[in-house]
Amino acid sequence: MNKNTDTKNSSGKREGEIASVVNRRLFLRSAGLATSLGTIVIAAACSDDDHDPMIPGTGDAVDLGSGDIGVLNYAYALEQLEAAFYIQVITTPYMGMSDAEKAILTDIRDHEVIHRDFFKAALGDKAIKGLTPNFGAIDFSKRDAVLGAAKLFEDTGVAAYNGAGKLIKDPNYLLLAGKIVSVEARHAAVIRDLINPKSADFAGDDILDANGMDKAVAPADILAAVKGFVKDTITGANVGK
Amino acid sequence: MDIFKIIDKFQQIDGDAIGRLEYASRRHFMNRIGSKLASAAIPMAFASIVNKAFAQSAGAIDVLNYALTLEYLEDEFYKAGNAAAGLIPASDKVIFTQIGKHETQHVAFLVKALGAKAITKPSFDFTYKGGFADIFSNYKTFVTVSSALEDTGVRAYKGQAGALQMDPQILEYALQVHSVEARHAAVARRLAAAQLGNPAMKGWITGKEGAVPAIYAGEENMTQGGVNLKGLASKSDAAVTEAFDEPLTKEAVLAIAGPFIKP
Repeated sequence: MNKNTDTKNSSGKREGEIASVVNRRLFLRSAGLATSLGTIVIAAACSDDDHDPMIPGTGDAVDLGSGDIGVLNYAYALEQLEAAFYIQVITTPYMGMSDAEKAILTDIRDHEVIHRDFFKAALGDKAIKGLTPNFGAIDFSKRDAVLGAAKLFEDTGVAAYNGAGKLIKDPNYLLLAGKIVSVEARHAAVIRDLINPKSADFAGDDILDANGMDKAVAPADILAAVKGFVKDTITGANVGK
Repeated sequence: MDIFKIIDKFQQIDGDAIGRLEYASRRHFMNRIGSKLASAAIPMAFASIVNKAFAQSAGAIDVLNYALTLEYLEDEFYKAGNAAAGLIPASDKVIFTQIGKHETQHVAFLVKALGAKAITKPSFDFTYKGGFADIFSNYKTFVTVSSALEDTGVRAYKGQAGALQMDPQILEYALQVHSVEARHAAVARRLAAAQLGNPAMKGWITGKEGAVPAIYAGEENMTQGGVNLKGLASKSDAAVTEAFDEPLTKEAVLAIAGPFIKP
């Protein structure tokens, strides 16, 4: 079980202030490697060397809060990122997007927007702010880049909901999370089948364990894995506590 | 099988797991191999830790045996389907082999977790008392039933989450299986849609669209968290129903699965 990576220690004390982008990238890449997501994060960190997907957030500090509200805000944060991603995918379709692919990606966009707005409404005045995504590392004109990022987001969403389940106290919220996570898993399977049709990848050995189980990942590790995709600095230390 | 991962999992539940294993190992070495008592210590210590990890309430045991019944059903179904000559086209073999592998793994996991409390495997009638007479000779029937079984599995696990809240580690395992069933369901639905020529059937469930309509009752629900989501974000009713999967009670699932199980 990996603990939160301590930024101060790992970035080399005050030297961190003059760390080059390369150094930060290296550090954050190894931080990514240290998360339970393993290969997912490796893929994300290495997917595009021309950009730096892991520059720390330059936006606001956002605290998800504690207890069940913290879990709901955590879900709301992830759904915001997913919704923003698919809105961009449909606004600027990649070259050669087929009608079938566009229909699938439009459906997924709609589901994520519904999830996002549902959590916002459910949280009311306890909802975190609208986050500022950072998709600079994703080349939205390329099919491989877009579907690769979609796979990452969906697999991460599944692992996040699976890991959050036991943190939820109100059984009604647990059921709601269950209603959403299986839809995220359906997305993950279909995206994976678009990338590698008719293969075993829809529930691939790269993501499932030897018991035939999906991942369940704690909030701290998920937040570390997605920090490169959001400008705000999200803290979730009290989620579910 | 990654022993360190297993021990890590137990460590989360039982902080002293490593200590007890070390104690057992020390005794083992101190007594040398000759002592049968000492060599028995490791498995005993391990078993007690395993027991603690799966220290199920009576309710959790019921849920796990219920899950095992459904996994036995799925496992046997894919074993028979994958073995039936000429049933599954070569293009789709990889998919059903992968699904079948997971169901076998789920059965093995549940049997191990339940130990002596595991139910024995029922005998199955996959023709569903004649309703699916050509189940293992007609691919269209096979994918129809596959999609229905997977979607029912998703609904079944979802319906039990609340019953496992007192057993957080078991809840987590159940969730980890639940999302795999959903991955299976998405792909099986798309294969079934192609075979049935039904473009309205997608990887996600629009309204209560599915190859066996009877099992999708309630999937068209629009109310979440006590609020009717009609018109949310200006999205269609279809999209709202797709965005949320709905649970089934154990009674409803057993009513669906019942005809598959020989009395």
